[in-house]
Amino acid sequence: MLFRQSGIFHTSYADARALFPLPADRWMIGLLLAFALTAPLTMSSLVLSTHLLPWLVWTAAVLGLNLILGWAGQFHFGYAAIMGIGAYTAVHGARNGIPWEIAVVLGGVMAAVIGIVFAFAALRVKGLYLALSTLALQFVMDWVISHVPAISGGSQATLQAPAMRLLGQAVTSETGLYYVALGWCLLVTVFMLNLRRSALGRALVAVREKDFAAAVIGVHSLYYKLVAFATSSFIGGVSGAILIFTFYRAATPEQFAVNVSIELLAMVIVGGLGSIIGSYFGAAFILLMPGLMNSLIAWLAQLAGASLGVETLAHIPHAVYGALIIVFLLVEPMGLGKMYNNLRNYLLVWPFGYARK
Amino acid sequence: MDFSLFAELAINGALSGLMYSLVALGIVLIYKSSSVPNLAQGAMTMLGAYVVLAIANGIGLPMWTAIPLAMGTMFFVGMGIERVALRRLAGRPIIMILMMTLGLDIFIRATTMAIWGGSSRPMSIGISDEPLFLGPLLLNRSYVVGAVVAAALFAIFFFFFRTRRGIVLRAISDDYIASWSIGISVERGVAFSWAMSSVLATTAGVLWGSVQGVNQGLALLLLKGLTVAVLGGLDSIGGAILAGLLLGLLEGVASGYLDPLVGGGSRDLVVAATLILTILIRPHGLFGRHDIERI
Repeated sequence: MLFRQSGIFHTSYADARALFPLPADRWMIGLLLAFALTAPLTMSSLVLSTHLLPWLVWTAAVLGLNLILGWAGQFHFGYAAIMGIGAYTAVHGARNGIPWEIAVVLGGVMAAVIGIVFAFAALRVKGLYLALSTLALQFVMDWVISHVPAISGGSQATLQAPAMRLLGQAVTSETGLYYVALGWCLLVTVFMLNLRRSALGRALVAVREKDFAAAVIGVHSLYYKLVAFATSSFIGGVSGAILIFTFYRAATPEQFAVNVSIELLAMVIVGGLGSIIGSYFGAAFILLMPGLMNSLIAWLAQLAGASLGVETLAHIPHAVYGALIIVFLLVEPMGLGKMYNNLRNYLLVWPFGYARK
Repeated sequence: MDFSLFAELAINGALSGLMYSLVALGIVLIYKSSSVPNLAQGAMTMLGAYVVLAIANGIGLPMWTAIPLAMGTMFFVGMGIERVALRRLAGRPIIMILMMTLGLDIFIRATTMAIWGGSSRPMSIGISDEPLFLGPLLLNRSYVVGAVVAAALFAIFFFFFRTRRGIVLRAISDDYIASWSIGISVERGVAFSWAMSSVLATTAGVLWGSVQGVNQGLALLLLKGLTVAVLGGLDSIGGAILAGLLLGLLEGVASGYLDPLVGGGSRDLVVAATLILTILIRPHGLFGRHDIERI
């Protein structure tokens, strides 16, 4: 099959430790990359700007959340607030004439600094209490963003993002924006892929499994918790900024409210904790599902000849979204990434299923 | 500083705080028996209120029969939720359980909205709107009724936990493996605690519905209920009552003085800040059990 392993012999350590040791994986990644790079040519601009672009940016954010949740095992129920901090900092920076690249990095740095505030809760408590305190911090951040006119531009205001200029070139076309989003998402993905086999990544996993035990074997768990919060907040901040610049074009407090945090968590859970490919799946699933569900239900209602109220139609996607979280947790708690892995493991040895380790 | 204003804010705040305790009690009951932090309690409160209205308006029964009927319905809804969603998650990491209750929250909220619509409706349970004067102080009648109900429930639970079934629940909350080994049906106990907390949610839904109307806003009581539950200690019934009193007092007074300064909406800020400070200073709350973690 696609994933045949026979005949592949690694003769050097570098080979065995490559990111993708199997040629089949490398081919697949190459194909996907080629598809992603040529998408502006093959896809309609509507699909590009309303589906692919937000998917890529959200995936980058989900990867950042997965770093803290899946790798370091620290709960973060206020990730949308972190994204909002990055977004607002970057937009304010760009409006005040700071070059776009620096403004976005500044957004990330600001998010990291405030993310460390979240981390101080993590140094003191963990598990349920950490989840609740980050949730409360999300509410505080929401309140601060919407009630301080200097940040949001007044209550219920939208803050227009200036046009994006990358290295002095104005980026306004949909293709250009798409490539910016793609570049950032790929950067985060490569970072996360490599994190898995770096000392930092292994230390984070040790902290996740048991922080006391990690401390016993010489991993400074407090330090690594701080690093995890700062890194993931940086990724979240930059993703938030890029989301505003490439997709929303204007920042409002509701874009980073508590339900967005929960949506991000749902993406991580549906995709699979600590799974990189799962983050892609999860983001796509949660982003695209409501639209699909709406058209499906409208179609079914038409078929059955029943007329549903506007309000009912508006709430059914949410109900399905909640139900999906429940079903995923019951059926496959490790998410779509695990499903993909099961399939892959099956195909790796097919048709010799008994050869599985 | 005007003393009568302060006293009015404090007393009304404390009374409304006791109504937060109703939401918190549901969270505490479930946490006590199964260590599940139920983030769907707000949604269950909302569902309870809608079920009462559906029975009262849909079938046309008077309120005093609709409320017990709705409580009965919610009893089985709670059992069903535990059976379908939570039982299979026993022993899973806490993130899965939190996510499950969040999923339930979204699901219950959206389903309720899809069935009954989002427009706010009144819930009249016969509490007059006329102000109640206690000396020079102006009290809200609904809050007084709510506080009395909360106090009554506390008394009921006080005695309930001394009955046979209550002792079973206490044993489960103490050590469920040990309870298992001596023949207590842990599953049934946990299901029963979910059912009871759904009934509590209905009570809270009725009382809050009569104050603020029955709409999606009822689900937002979750944050307040959660804060009260954490402040009192997640496994302490008495703590939930006292913490409700404290939080309500704090919220009433602080927002009364802060709102003119910051232009409104400081209630949620006070609640969130209380939650954060509680967790940072005393995670197990005022009366909660302080568990020591094994390595």
